Amino acid sequence: MTPGTGQLPEIQGAQRRPGLRGWLLFAPLMLWLFAFVIAPTAIMFVYSFCQRDELGQVVFEFSLSNYTRVFDKTYLKIFTNSIQYAAITTVICLLVGYPVAYFIGRASEQIRNKLLMLVMIPFWTSFLIRTYAWMSILKAEGPLNGMLLYMQLIAAPLDILYTPAAVVIGLVYSYLPFMILPIYGSVEKLDNALIEAAFDLGAGPVSAFSHVIVPLTRPGIFAGVLLVFIPAIGMFAITDLMGGGRVPMIGNVIQNQFGQARDWPFGAALGMTMLLLFAACFALSMRKSDAA
Amino acid sequence: MDVMVELKRVTKRFSGTTAVNEVDLTIRAGEFITLLGPSGCGKTTLLRMISGFETPSEGTVLLEGKDVTYEPPYRRDVNQVFQSYALFPHMTVQENIAFGLKMKKVGRAEMDERVRSAIAMVSLAGMEARKPTQLSGGQRQRVALARAIVCRPKVLLLDEPLSALDAKLRHSMQVELKQLQKKLGITFVFVTHDQEEALTMSDRIAVINKGKIEQLGDADAIYHRPKTTFVANFIGQANILHASVVAREARQARVELEGGLTLTTSEELPEGAERVLVSIRPEKVWIEKERGEGDNWFEATIEDELFQGPTDQLRLKTDGGLTLSALVANESSRRTPVHAGDRVWCHLHHDDIVFVHED
Ligand SMILES: Nc1ncnc2c1ncn2[C@@H]1O[C@H](COP(=O)(O)OP(=O)(O)OP(=O)(O)O)[C@@H](O)[C@H]1O
Ligand SMILES: [Mg+2]
Repeated sequence: MTPGTGQLPEIQGAQRRPGLRGWLLFAPLMLWLFAFVIAPTAIMFVYSFCQRDELGQVVFEFSLSNYTRVFDKTYLKIFTNSIQYAAITTVICLLVGYPVAYFIGRASEQIRNKLLMLVMIPFWTSFLIRTYAWMSILKAEGPLNGMLLYMQLIAAPLDILYTPAAVVIGLVYSYLPFMILPIYGSVEKLDNALIEAAFDLGAGPVSAFSHVIVPLTRPGIFAGVLLVFIPAIGMFAITDLMGGGRVPMIGNVIQNQFGQARDWPFGAALGMTMLLLFAACFALSMRKSDAA
Repeated sequence: MDVMVELKRVTKRFSGTTAVNEVDLTIRAGEFITLLGPSGCGKTTLLRMISGFETPSEGTVLLEGKDVTYEPPYRRDVNQVFQSYALFPHMTVQENIAFGLKMKKVGRAEMDERVRSAIAMVSLAGMEARKPTQLSGGQRQRVALARAIVCRPKVLLLDEPLSALDAKLRHSMQVELKQLQKKLGITFVFVTHDQEEALTMSDRIAVINKGKIEQLGDADAIYHRPKTTFVANFIGQANILHASVVAREARQARVELEGGLTLTTSEELPEGAERVLVSIRPEKVWIEKERGEGDNWFEATIEDELFQGPTDQLRLKTDGGLTLSALVANESSRRTPVHAGDRVWCHLHHDDIVFVHED
């Protein structure tokens, strides 16, 4: 075949610098980021080095004592606990959400929008109402136990509510759509010819999935994991309601510091520590996906 | 002659449409066969039933005598070059080409060797580490080709593999593909809607219309002996004329065209036909100033002349009122040229009057 066809310049996305118009379009986002992310974070950053007086007022007096308290054994335990719960939640969401997202993404266009609607329907009702609904489903006299008893799968009602299992159920239930939607976005963009090419080249369903489908939907998986894992660590309402306060998570501790305990500086230090943790995780995963 | 692929009364219906309709086709080992037909005639569907991406509604698909009708694509020794190439965007050229061998669990050393030789075969040496987005259209096409041939399939299916390339590149790829096919001895099933491409590349051509094979034969037969008006019109140009049989002899027949023009033909007449259709290629109409030897000479007036570069297209009208189109080579100064308004003598060779069926 004809040689010398290799002088093509590398084709990559246009990397122009944005002009003034570009910056103007960008301005609302910048303002939003500044007002609702950067400024509050900066305030919390300052608070985290302060003290509080007996009445819970913030006293501007530099100290590292809040941070030394963060590394106290009780709080470290709660931190690792929270990470565990969030990790379990993320894994379950991924295992349940991926097939759902894949199915919706590969469905014909007319069905696709209807299925997406089904994923969104839970957002139509208040989060609290849905959580209370789950509590009544899971409670000892609830319909779940009723059904299991009726089918004679269990002899006595299961105590699910106010256990770690209830917390995980609640977390999975709340965050599942945040796993499904980004993965769906990636699956929908997947060119069917690529899957066919994999089959054509001798890949069975499992190989095609692991060698072609997963790598090509990685951005969606990555986004879904972040969208579930990070908020799940900080979640407090579900742990409060469905864990009945028996399953303390870092979110509850922080909420408590800003609420009943009236120790804003310590709450801020906990928050800043979490932020650092996320940033580290994020940087690490970015480096990893760059290397891949 | 070894049979590679056999389609037996294969039909594929989609909701509402019959894409492929009772097709019988035998593909020989090592041949270059082209499926040619207009858009939507069912070429891709036919190909996908050989590769296994579609299951026939009726009929059987045999590969080397084995029934593979319900075998999935990954269990068939058949590879496809996709129209859009379908290169894996997350893999380099090297990884793309090695994919099929990896799936077949070919050993590391053999895999490297086969990938290297496939890359050399399609002149992509030095680009192994590039991603598909960093390649030109022609280079991507080569990667797609290398990715398929590295698997040494029994049959290589190509669905309009050249349609995304510009005319010049397409031409050189046609030659290269044909050479590659000869060298490898792999059976090629090539899909195109470009008649010229089909005529230059194929050992045999299956002309498809509305899900049916209209005619199967080599380029010469398809071009010179079209069986239907569709084939005559789809491949090249043709004058399709109504005629009635006036005399039958052993190896000849005389037919009368509209306007009283009587011609002798050596084509075999359809049994018992009275009214027939004949096809005459415009370039087979000889134009002379004077009447020559033999029969099938008639006088006509040039009504219109269209300059087409190497040829001139003429519209002729016989004295009886029959209109014919003719193509003459543009020999300019060496011959006395003919022009619109001229009276000329036209001649047709016996063999060039072909009986065709209406679709
Ligand atoms: N998956 C499908 N569902 C419904 N109808 C289909 C499907 N695939 C093909 N068809 C129909 O079957 C007919 C043949 O399609 P096919 O793709 O085989 O044509 P083609 O000859 O390859 O055309 P082209 O040259 O445009 O690629 C068309 O009428 C098409 O609309
Ligand atoms: Mg097609």
